[in-house]
Amino acid sequence: MWQILTGYWSEFITGFGNTILCSLIAMFFSLILGVFFALLEVAPPKIGRAIAHIYIEIFCNIPLLVITMIFYLIIPQFWVKVSGFTAGTIGLALYTSAFIAETVRSGINSVGDGQMEGALSNGMTYVQAMRYVILPQAIRIVIPPLGNQMITLIKNSSVLAFVAGFDLMYQGDIVAFSSFQTIETYVIVGVFYLGLTLPLSYYMRHLEKRLA
Amino acid sequence: METFIHAYSWIDIRFLLQGLWVTIYVSVISIILSFILGLICGLVRYMKIKYLSAAVGFVVDIIRNLPLLLIIFFTYFGLPKLGLIANPTIASIVALVVFEGAMLSEIVRSGINSVPTGQMEGARSNGMTYVQAMIHVVLPQAIRNMVPAILSQFVSLIKDTSLATIIVLPELLYHAQIIYSQNTSYLIPMYLIIAVMYFIVCFCLSKYANHLQKKYL
Repeated sequence: MWQILTGYWSEFITGFGNTILCSLIAMFFSLILGVFFALLEVAPPKIGRAIAHIYIEIFCNIPLLVITMIFYLIIPQFWVKVSGFTAGTIGLALYTSAFIAETVRSGINSVGDGQMEGALSNGMTYVQAMRYVILPQAIRIVIPPLGNQMITLIKNSSVLAFVAGFDLMYQGDIVAFSSFQTIETYVIVGVFYLGLTLPLSYYMRHLEKRLA
Repeated sequence: METFIHAYSWIDIRFLLQGLWVTIYVSVISIILSFILGLICGLVRYMKIKYLSAAVGFVVDIIRNLPLLLIIFFTYFGLPKLGLIANPTIASIVALVVFEGAMLSEIVRSGINSVPTGQMEGARSNGMTYVQAMIHVVLPQAIRNMVPAILSQFVSLIKDTSLATIIVLPELLYHAQIIYSQNTSYLIPMYLIIAVMYFIVCFCLSKYANHLQKKYL
């Protein structure tokens, strides 16, 4: 096992770097999109609510792999050619954003109605009330489940292996099939993934206890 | 438009439905087996048996934090080394059961924790043994609380079976790939219809899970 690790070190590190990069980009965009759609869903206008609802239902109920493949295979037929990495990251960001939207929405809903009414009757506008009263309270509730979404995102980034995204899983496959030592290689890949996800999940458990 | 009409010929649709059937039965077998596994692991962790609970908890944490794709590869390449048959169906069921079992054990544990401790104490002081109290008093209430979470886990399991295309499990996505690899102009119609198929199955189930959650709260 040690020989595989040292012999294919550069492959593993490239993959590890790409997995981290893809996860960070996808995290960033999925947070923005997720919060945006969550706000749209709790806002008064019915049309916004409907749009957000449709968006969330679509991306929650279609497998990530199908979404990624659509971006990888179908978008190039109409528009620009996308690399596997880009397609995978876009798919991952859209898929996760739907789950984040659900999480954030339930966080906002768990803040009592009285808070919003009180803020509005104190002369704040809807946006101000959201920004200064509701969201700060919602964030505390939402952080532990959001952390779990991030862990899921890192694990799901392995879907890049299907679209030649050069992530850890893809590089692991290359190493496995060129060294013929599949089990050993996948153990190493697993250790790399655990190095990312395990500390995060223990930290989230700690936060959950502290915030609760 | 013409390609759509040709792509959705009865032969292709039937082939896709066969794929959907494989997806569903693999998911159903996996959720049943992983519920049993999750129930055992969750109970062991809840009962706080010395060393055993900690060990089970550690293994569950490891599995929960690994990508499912990696576990699928493990079982597909690992099972033959243990002298078992590397049938894609068996390999993917084993992988899904291991992964979802770890996920469900957490749900089971929090489900049992959500039952007030008074229930257990009351049952014990009425002369039931620990096992009797668990089976007749605590678990029935816990399982009722768990059902919505288990259903939404089932939805994600159905979506996750699509990952098993990589070890050529003949499920929905794989069948679609076979069709469009014979005729590349069918690419868009095929992805459209499998997205719709997955959507219908998962949407109905997740709506039902939401409905149950509201009913039980």
